[in-house]
Amino acid sequence: MSLLDVSALNIDFNTREGVINAVNSVSFTVDRGETLGIVGESGSGKTVCCNALMRLLPTPPAAIKGRAVFDGVDLLTSSESRLRSIRGRRIGMIFQDPMTALNPFMRIGQQIMEPLQLHYKTPKELARKKTLAILQEVGIDKPEQRLDCYAHELSGGMRQRVMIAMALITEPDLLIADEPTTALDVTTQAQILALLNELQQRRNIAMIFISHDLHVIKKIATRVLVLQKGCMVEQGRCAQVFAAPQHDYTKSLLDAIPKGKKPTRYRHEQPLAPNFLSITNASISFPAKPTPNLAVKDVSLSIARGEILGLVGESGCGKTSLAQSLVRLVDLEQGEIKLKNKSLTSLNEKQLRLARKDMQMIFQDPFASLNPRMSIFEIIAEPLKLHGLATTKRSLNEKVLALMCEVGLEANWAHQYPHQFSGGQRQRVAIARAIAVEPQLIIADEPVSALDVTIQAQILKLLLDLCWQYSISMIFISHDLAVVRYVADRIAVMQKGQIVELGNTEALLTNPQHSYTKTLLAARLS
Amino acid sequence: MLKFFAARLFQAIPVLFVVITATFFLVHSAPGGPFDAEKTLPAEVLDNLNARYNLDDPLYKQYLSYMGNLVQGDFGPSFRYSNRSVTEMILTGLPITFELALYAMLIALIIGVSAGIVASIKPNTAQDYIPMSLAMAGICMPSFLMGPLLVLIFGISLDWLPVSGWGYAPGDKILPAITLGTGYAAYIARLTRGGMIEVLGQDYIRTAKAKGLPTPTIIYRHALRGGLAPVLAFLGPAFAGLLAGSFVVETIFQIPGLGRFYVQAAFNRDYTMILGTTILLSTLIVVFNILSDILTVWLNPRLTLKD
Repeated sequence: MSLLDVSALNIDFNTREGVINAVNSVSFTVDRGETLGIVGESGSGKTVCCNALMRLLPTPPAAIKGRAVFDGVDLLTSSESRLRSIRGRRIGMIFQDPMTALNPFMRIGQQIMEPLQLHYKTPKELARKKTLAILQEVGIDKPEQRLDCYAHELSGGMRQRVMIAMALITEPDLLIADEPTTALDVTTQAQILALLNELQQRRNIAMIFISHDLHVIKKIATRVLVLQKGCMVEQGRCAQVFAAPQHDYTKSLLDAIPKGKKPTRYRHEQPLAPNFLSITNASISFPAKPTPNLAVKDVSLSIARGEILGLVGESGCGKTSLAQSLVRLVDLEQGEIKLKNKSLTSLNEKQLRLARKDMQMIFQDPFASLNPRMSIFEIIAEPLKLHGLATTKRSLNEKVLALMCEVGLEANWAHQYPHQFSGGQRQRVAIARAIAVEPQLIIADEPVSALDVTIQAQILKLLLDLCWQYSISMIFISHDLAVVRYVADRIAVMQKGQIVELGNTEALLTNPQHSYTKTLLAARLS
Repeated sequence: MLKFFAARLFQAIPVLFVVITATFFLVHSAPGGPFDAEKTLPAEVLDNLNARYNLDDPLYKQYLSYMGNLVQGDFGPSFRYSNRSVTEMILTGLPITFELALYAMLIALIIGVSAGIVASIKPNTAQDYIPMSLAMAGICMPSFLMGPLLVLIFGISLDWLPVSGWGYAPGDKILPAITLGTGYAAYIARLTRGGMIEVLGQDYIRTAKAKGLPTPTIIYRHALRGGLAPVLAFLGPAFAGLLAGSFVVETIFQIPGLGRFYVQAAFNRDYTMILGTTILLSTLIVVFNILSDILTVWLNPRLTLKD
C-alpha cells in the first residue's frame, strides 16, 4: 500500500455565479523515496488539490469529495485533532512565496522550532540545537546569527531554505512543495532543487512537487501528473511522459516551451542603423543608509533601429532600474541617454512628455499595471488622446478597435474591465496600449514571466511580429534565458549593476566569456 | 527612539502655534466677555476689571503678552475664578479626567478586542453579525443616553452601583468608565475585526495551520500582532479623544474633571481657561499620536523609526 493514496478527489467551489468545478476526479499515489510532480497551467487545480489534502481550503465555499488515505488515515474525513497531529509532524508543506508564507512578526528561529515544540514538546534548548542543525543542513551559513532574524532580513533564497527547514524539522514522511522555486532566481532555483533532491534521498521521504514549469518537473520528479482545468490528462513516469507525451494537452505544453534560436524570419539581413538609442556611462543610486545603494554602475550600451536586446540578470542586478531610467521613471545620477542623437537626460517636463511618445514600457505584471477602474477602451485610448493622435471621436474609436484587433483582442470586449480578462489577455491590452502611440522603442520588463507557457508563446510571437512589422527596437528584460534566446538579437548580461557581458545571442550563449554568464547557463534546466 | 520623539514633538510646534493663535482670536471675537453676567456691572467696575486683566489693550498687544507669558509656562489667571490660576485648575481637573480616560480605555480594549476577534474567526456568520451589530449600536448610542440608561438599570433598579460621584463611594468609577468606554469599544471591535480578517487571510496563517497548530494558538501567536496594527494606530487619537470628550460623562456623573471646566469656560468666555485647556488637549493629542506611532513601529519588525 502506498504512503498516500488519493482517489477520485473532487473539489467544487460554491460561488455567487454558481458551482465551479476546480478539481475533477483526480487520483494518484505517492510512495516513500519518490517524487510526484504535478504540472499544469494557472487555474488547473494543482494548488487547490494539495491544499485540500491538508484541509487548508475553507469549507464552504469549497466542497471536497473523494478519499485521501495517508498511512491508514483518510485525511479528508479524519477528526480535526487527528489531522492536526499529522499536519506539520508527518506531512510538511513548503509554499510558493516564502516572503508571504513566513510570519513577518516572528523571528525565524522561533518559527522553525514551533512544530517541534508543538508535536514533540521538545525543550527549548534541544529545539534550538535541532534548529541550528537543520539550518546547517539546508545550507544556511552562520545559522546562530540567522536564528534571530526576521523574514524580511533574509534574501529570497534564504527564506525558501528557512521554509524547507521548517517543513523538515519534524522529519515528516511526506513533503508537499507548492511551486517552491517559482519566486527565485535561476541560480538559486538550481540550488534549492538540488537541496530538495538530496534531502529526499537521504531521508527517504515521499514528495509531491507542484510546478507550472516543465523544466523543473523534469529535473526533480520520478513520476508526473498533468492537470488541465482540474482534470487529470496524463500520468506516468517522468522520462516517458517527456519523451513521448500521449495527450494533446501535454504535447502542446511541451511545444510551447521556447526552444532554439530566434526564427530566421525575424532576423535582419542587412546591418541595422546603429546608435538608435545610446546609453553612456549611466549610474543610478538610491538613497540608503549608511551609503547610497548603487543600483546601476557605469553602464554603456547602444541599440540599433529594429533591434531586440535581451537584458538578463538576477533579481536586484539593476536591470529594471536601468530600463526605467530610459523613460525617466528613475533619474540617472550620472551619464547620458540619447534617442536618435537627442539627449533625454536634459529634457524638461513638457519635452519629456513628447519624447515618451517614442518610448513605451510593458510591465511584468498585467494584473497590477492596468488601472482596474478603466475599461480596456479607455486604457488604450488614453495615450492616443494624450499625444493628439486621434482628434475626433470616430477616429479614436477606429484606432482603438484596430489596435485591439492587431493584438488579438475581440472588438466587443472594449468596454470590459481588466479583472474580466485572463493574464495573457491583459498583457495583450498592455501591449496595445504601448503600441498605440507608434513608438520606436519598447521596453518590456519581464513581459511574459507571469504567464503560462502556452500564453507566453503567443505573446512572444505577437511582440516579435510587431517589432518586425514596424521596425520597433526593443529592450527585453528577462531572467529566462530560453525566452531571451528566442527573441533577442543581442544579449547583455547584468550583475550587481554592471554589464558583465554583451554579445550576439548565439555567440554569447554557445561561448560565454564571463564566469557569471557561465554560472547562469549552468543553472539553466533545459 | 528618544531622538524620534523629540523630533516629532519639535515638528508639532508650528501646529500648536496655529491652534493657539486661531483659538485666541476666535474666542476674543466671540460676542460677550468674561464679565458679562445677568446683572450688568456698573461701568467703572467693568473698566477696572478690564484694566486689571489688560482687556482694554488692543488685541494684538494682548496676544503678544499672552504668548510671552505662555513661553514662560504661565497660562495666566482665570477670569472667572478670581483667585485661581489656569494652571492650578488644570492640575486639579486633569488627574481625574486622566484616570477616567484610562479606565474607559481599558474597558474599550477588553470588550473591543475580544468582540473583534470573535467576529473575525467566522466572518459573515452569526458569530460575526451579533457582536458587530452590538458594536454598531454602541457607536450609535450617544453617551448622554448610555449614561442615564446605565444609571437607571444598575444604579436605581438593581441598586448595585452608586449613581454619581468620583471616589466617594466604592464602585462609583465603574459606570462612568463604562459609559465613556462603550463607544470606543465599538470602534475598536470594528478595527480589530477588519485587521484580524485581513491577517487571517494571509499566507503565513496557512503556514501556521499546515504546521498543525490549533486555532487559539494561531490567533494569539501568529495573527494578533499583525491584526491589532489598526487598533494601535487608533489608540493615540482615541485616548486623546477620551480626554477631550469626557465632558458629557463628567456632567452626568458629577465628576470634577477637566471636561467640565473646559465647557464652562467656553460659556463664561473665560479666555485664559479656554486657551489653557485647548493647548493642553492639543499637546496631548500630539503626544499620544507620537506614542501610538512608536508603539506601531516597536511591534512591527519591518518598520524602523525615521525622523
